[in-house]
Amino acid sequence: MAILSKKDTNLILDPLADNNPITIQVLGICSALAITAELQASVVMALSVIFVLGVGNVVISLMRNIIPSKIRIIVQLVVIATLVIIVDQVLKAFAYELSKTLSVFVGLIITNCIIMGRFEAFALGNNVWRSFLDGIGNALGYGVILIAVGFFRELLGSGTLFGIKVFGDPVTKTGLYATGYENNGFMIIPPAALIVVGIIIWIQRSKNRALIEEN
Amino acid sequence: MRDKRLTFKKRLHILKHHYRGKKMAPAFNAFHTFLFTPNDTTHSGGHVRAADDLKRTMNTVIMALIPILVFSFFNTGYQHYAAIDAASGVPRTLDLMGNFFTWENFWLGFTLVIPLVIVSYGVGLLVEFIFAVIKGHEVEEGYLVTGMLVPLIVPVDTPLWMLAVAVVFGVVIGKEVFGGTGMNILNPALTIRAFLFFAYPTWMSGDKVWVHGAVDRAGTADAISGETILGYLAQNNASEYSYSTSDMFFGFIPGSVGETSAFLCLLGGIFLIYSKIASWRIMVSAVIGALVMGLIFNGVVDAGIIGETSKFYGLMSFDFWKHLIVGGLAFGIVYMATDPVTGSQTNRGKWIYGFLIGFISVMIRVFNPAYPEGVFLAILLMNVFAPTIDHYVIRGNVKRRMKRLNNASVFTGPGEGKEEELKVETA
Repeated sequence: MAILSKKDTNLILDPLADNNPITIQVLGICSALAITAELQASVVMALSVIFVLGVGNVVISLMRNIIPSKIRIIVQLVVIATLVIIVDQVLKAFAYELSKTLSVFVGLIITNCIIMGRFEAFALGNNVWRSFLDGIGNALGYGVILIAVGFFRELLGSGTLFGIKVFGDPVTKTGLYATGYENNGFMIIPPAALIVVGIIIWIQRSKNRALIEEN
Repeated sequence: MRDKRLTFKKRLHILKHHYRGKKMAPAFNAFHTFLFTPNDTTHSGGHVRAADDLKRTMNTVIMALIPILVFSFFNTGYQHYAAIDAASGVPRTLDLMGNFFTWENFWLGFTLVIPLVIVSYGVGLLVEFIFAVIKGHEVEEGYLVTGMLVPLIVPVDTPLWMLAVAVVFGVVIGKEVFGGTGMNILNPALTIRAFLFFAYPTWMSGDKVWVHGAVDRAGTADAISGETILGYLAQNNASEYSYSTSDMFFGFIPGSVGETSAFLCLLGGIFLIYSKIASWRIMVSAVIGALVMGLIFNGVVDAGIIGETSKFYGLMSFDFWKHLIVGGLAFGIVYMATDPVTGSQTNRGKWIYGFLIGFISVMIRVFNPAYPEGVFLAILLMNVFAPTIDHYVIRGNVKRRMKRLNNASVFTGPGEGKEEELKVETA
């Protein structure tokens, strides 16, 4: 990548793997549990967070020298809230059904710890370009896990992907269902997301032992 | 080596030495020690010699389960044929030698239950072997009892692949992630049961699954009922079943494969208490807990707070002591609640732990709208709380003894550091 220096590349790649916001920092878990029952919702959620965090990081970075440090949290909240409302309104206008599925969770992006965390930890102390990359990187890291969890939960729980029936029709018993296969109702309920995220964390740490904390 | 004819044991021994230090070693070791007593003896150090090692403990529990397994063969067959008779309008009357302990019943039950046992053990031990090889430790005996419990607590028609999936989940998520046998927080057999319940509710609840054939025959002219007593009660249909109290006690009723006979659970419980494997405190307090909750519900009905039209009337007005002999309560108390790993460790903790299991079981049973049974949920819930209970029991003990120490006349007063030291030690 000629456009990005090595340092900048790491800003994007680190959060995807060894510094993942969900599996390593264990932030933003609530939305990962709540909306990952369907892959489509996961993807939309991931895109929303990419937009909010990417733009938000840029805005905060632009203002970093003029925000009085005593009221910086309030300023950050205003920025996030504005962006989230934009996302919410766009979804309501162009994908109404989907916005009903996501319901309050789009609004709750405001409380997503990853966003506030990146504002505090990165955007307040770095220039615009680097903040932008950091925002995109972290949101991607969040999105990748969300999509992975959504993939397994929708596939095993409903037998569909993006609403398309993969295994056949469970009602008329075609395809795989003819052999007696049944959807796993456990994957639909939120605790399953916790277990899937747990398994991802488990696999990641057994691949990269440096990530295992000392007791 | 003049004698070329090696015994099987010798061959295993040679294999073991051949693979020593290699990845597959634990698998061979487990096989060897499972089948034979190894010749190896320790040569150094002092050792406590005790016969009640983990394998012995596990085997004792399995022995206590064998009568239940055999009974379940007969009962599975009997319930199937009895339901067919009932559907054709000629209800059976139980005749112990005439139509219960028959070859026909036994064979039908045998062909249905044994596959469950084989799948449970086969899949579970395979997972254990794989983990032993990956982690490089010896295969643990923990699955021996779990593997026997699992087929006994599922409905007889549970598809085998579902059982296999659930066993993999239960052993990996319920046990191995915590570090294997002895480290688990939740009872693995109940984790498997809970997984099945939440993943495939249509196969785990309702009025079809409890008798073999009821699901397949549903909607056809040969339809038969597979409803349990608790199921009837939950629908306020207490008059529709014709099981006598002795049927309930001895277990001639529909239900999960091995849970029906409170009598055999009682015998198994006495055997486990006599052999000092299971805690009598947990069993007794769980029975008390269930009776207390049952009495409260009976009292509520007698006081007229719950009328006959209430959806809880059927289960609440059920005689309080009968809760012990229907459903899985007796089986759960004897074989599940007493699991030494997941239960409370302190004596006072065992009383609290057991009491709450009985109490909550009956409470969930009555209030669970979808499924009139709650023993497995109650035990899993208390599994989670067991360490907390123990913690407070120990803290209470420490507090009492600290008081005694402070009041003791031998000391002029506790040393400055002593108290802190004690706290650290016992925390």
